[in-house]
Amino acid sequence: MRFHADHQGPGPLWLAGAVAILLLALNLGALGAVALRAEWSGPGLGAADWAALRFTLTQAALSALFSVALAVPVARALARRRFWGRSALIVLMGAPFILPTLVAVIGILAVFGRGGMVNAGLDALGLSPVSIYGLGGVVLAHVFFNLPLATRLILQGWDRVPAEHLRLSASLGFGPWARFRHIEGPMLRAVVPGALAVVFLVCLTSFAVALTLGGGPRATTLELAIYQAFRFDFDLGRAALLALVQAALGLAALALLAFVAVPLLAAPALDRPAPPAPGGLARALDFMAVTLAAGFLLLPLSMVIWRGFPHLAGLPAPVWAAVAQSLMICALSVALLALFTAALALPARGKRLFEGLGMAALIASPMVIGTGLFIVIFPLMNPAQAVIPVTALVNAAMALPFALRAVLPALARAQADFAPLSASLGLSRGAHLRHVLWPRLRRPLGFALGLGAALSMGDLGVVVLFAQSGGETLPMQLHRLMGAYRSNDAAGAALLLLALSLGLFALIERLIGGREPRHAGP
Amino acid sequence: MRYPTFAAGLLAASTLAAPAAMAETPNLVVYTYDSFVSDWGPGPAVKAAFEAECACTLEFVGAGDGAALLARVQLEGARSRADVVLGLDTNLTARAAETGLFAPHGQTPALDLPIAWDDALFLPFDWGWFAFVHDRTRLPEPPRNFRELAQSEVSIVIQDPRSSTPGLGLLMWVEAAYGAEAPAIWQALQPRIVTVTPGWSEAYGLFLEGEADMVLSYTTSPAYHLIAEEDDTKAAAPFDEGHYMQIEVAGILASSAQPELAARFMAFMVSDAFQSIIPTTNWMYPAVLPQGGLPEGFETLITPETSLHFAPAEAAARRDAALAIWRDALSR
Repeated sequence: MRFHADHQGPGPLWLAGAVAILLLALNLGALGAVALRAEWSGPGLGAADWAALRFTLTQAALSALFSVALAVPVARALARRRFWGRSALIVLMGAPFILPTLVAVIGILAVFGRGGMVNAGLDALGLSPVSIYGLGGVVLAHVFFNLPLATRLILQGWDRVPAEHLRLSASLGFGPWARFRHIEGPMLRAVVPGALAVVFLVCLTSFAVALTLGGGPRATTLELAIYQAFRFDFDLGRAALLALVQAALGLAALALLAFVAVPLLAAPALDRPAPPAPGGLARALDFMAVTLAAGFLLLPLSMVIWRGFPHLAGLPAPVWAAVAQSLMICALSVALLALFTAALALPARGKRLFEGLGMAALIASPMVIGTGLFIVIFPLMNPAQAVIPVTALVNAAMALPFALRAVLPALARAQADFAPLSASLGLSRGAHLRHVLWPRLRRPLGFALGLGAALSMGDLGVVVLFAQSGGETLPMQLHRLMGAYRSNDAAGAALLLLALSLGLFALIERLIGGREPRHAGP
Repeated sequence: MRYPTFAAGLLAASTLAAPAAMAETPNLVVYTYDSFVSDWGPGPAVKAAFEAECACTLEFVGAGDGAALLARVQLEGARSRADVVLGLDTNLTARAAETGLFAPHGQTPALDLPIAWDDALFLPFDWGWFAFVHDRTRLPEPPRNFRELAQSEVSIVIQDPRSSTPGLGLLMWVEAAYGAEAPAIWQALQPRIVTVTPGWSEAYGLFLEGEADMVLSYTTSPAYHLIAEEDDTKAAAPFDEGHYMQIEVAGILASSAQPELAARFMAFMVSDAFQSIIPTTNWMYPAVLPQGGLPEGFETLITPETSLHFAPAEAAARRDAALAIWRDALSR
């Protein structure tokens, strides 16, 4: 089949439809299963639920605002500076996002906690200590988790600014303000709303972080209320109702995103090297942004490494057995994620709809998805036999929103730049895909699949409901070590998990993404 | 339709075939909480000991903590694969009995509990007293009761009663010790609470990291540090109001297809073979003192003079009001 210049995508519509239906079924099916099993009784939302709703909204909005606001200068600095260790730093800075929350919280507390480095420093200076616990601590932890993600999403926006624009602006003698107004501003206008929405949705379903650092029942989120309804009261109707409220919040955020989002201006570009970045004050500010962000993100990580390293070699055998199970789930999850991403991204029509469906996994309550799947699967078979495919499927669905966020804008630009050329050359769909799209998509795709692998590695959600003894994953074993007082072994296992997640992320990103793209300049 | 067909198709396409049925050897399925079945808990040793005498296989299935365990059984209902559920506590048994899913255990052992036990459905396998654990080197003179704690500068970390069984235990402890005064006690305690964690592991981890001076745990927790780590710095603070007890129980499901084998397991559970495994794997007191007594090190633990405990029905009746008091006091 020949390729036409009408912005037609090279992917089959039926495959996208099939994946979309699968995702819908996963989300709505799980929620429906819980709702159908419920014996509807009791009142609707009480005062405590409204308080939880308010706190959930507040912390998610603040977390999104701070994460993205801080990510902009960091992404700009990383986009236009080249220095030794830059790519390693980018990978390392991504680590907080993929850490299991329990590990990350302990790392954060080692720095910001009552007995942490910050308070030790304040104490040495004769100043009174600061408490991390409360809304501030919740937002701090969420920024720690999501600043890396927001930075990567915005960094990709910067990478997509055509080098020709930068060369032109340099030759026209643009100052910082003019450069911002004409080049960076429009790019940020296109990229920032999506990043805000993603971080908001991630924080919407937070519960362990919010509770642990929130300091008490004031910091109750909707996800905790769902957890309580299910476990404490076994009130499935309430759990389903609260999950609906939570999903409505997420949908509202997505609708707002669709309303304010503008497509990235599709200016044609020719992949040429970028001009040198401005020096002087701009260089100093860039240096500061990168240093501060690296310090904020890497200090807690180094505490995890510091605590874990002495106990790594002596880890008990069951921990190593869990590594195999985790890797198996991870491999299947990455394969599914690649399939879902390609299926939803490549067709020409219905892109908005498919993207919206792809984001759906972020809206759903993890507790409700897990329970719903359990209700569906239990009558059919022993849930323990389904643990690998089910966990891999749910992990892939959870990583899909990030993958689409990374891949879709790059795809849109590649199509805008080269689809007419391909059409005029009469390239086949396959040739267009291979020679034009692949070189431009492999980097965001590598990032997306690496992220998916790491998220799957650290996941402690649906697997808990399904696994039986012998089928534990590494995060499960980590949690069990902590539950058995073995904090030293747990510290070693946390480091192992960190190393595996980061290693897989870096490996997949490099294998699929290749090295730096040509147009990013020397 | 209740079960969407997509799931059937999906699973048929992706699952490994079920292992062929074991020839003749009966398989006893016991649902329990995660830390029991973990490689560092009693599970593996109990499995080996029971299989040595039952001519059967014992299959443990971990299902979160005690509350999640009950929710799992309720979710599965009469179609559950489980024969025995092990790991509920007396704050959960009233709700468990109400489900009608449990059958009488039929055992009449002589139990070594501080209180009398008479429950046809649930049989204890271990127990402990809740207590605030501290580090002697950091806090040489811990408070001696809740009022002293409230007036001190001591910081504590506790668990959320909505998501954790020790958290619910603390709620009942304050309720049992102070009754109508409980709201005032919680309000006075509020400034001492560094944070409230979703589960025991998080709270204990924060305490070990030095985030709080004391953590809600058990009087037996220092035994772990003493016996497994040769560290005698951890201690539980005796409170003169008395200490609330957690009694962990097991029950047979009425839907079990092999009630004789299940009953045999219950008898085994209160025998020496099982009970002698408990102290140094679950770090709780055995429900029946084994022949050899308690392991060396347990004699160093505090023994509260007063044991506080609500009967299951009373605990269930008080739960919701106590939770509302806790939430209001701590939300200020």
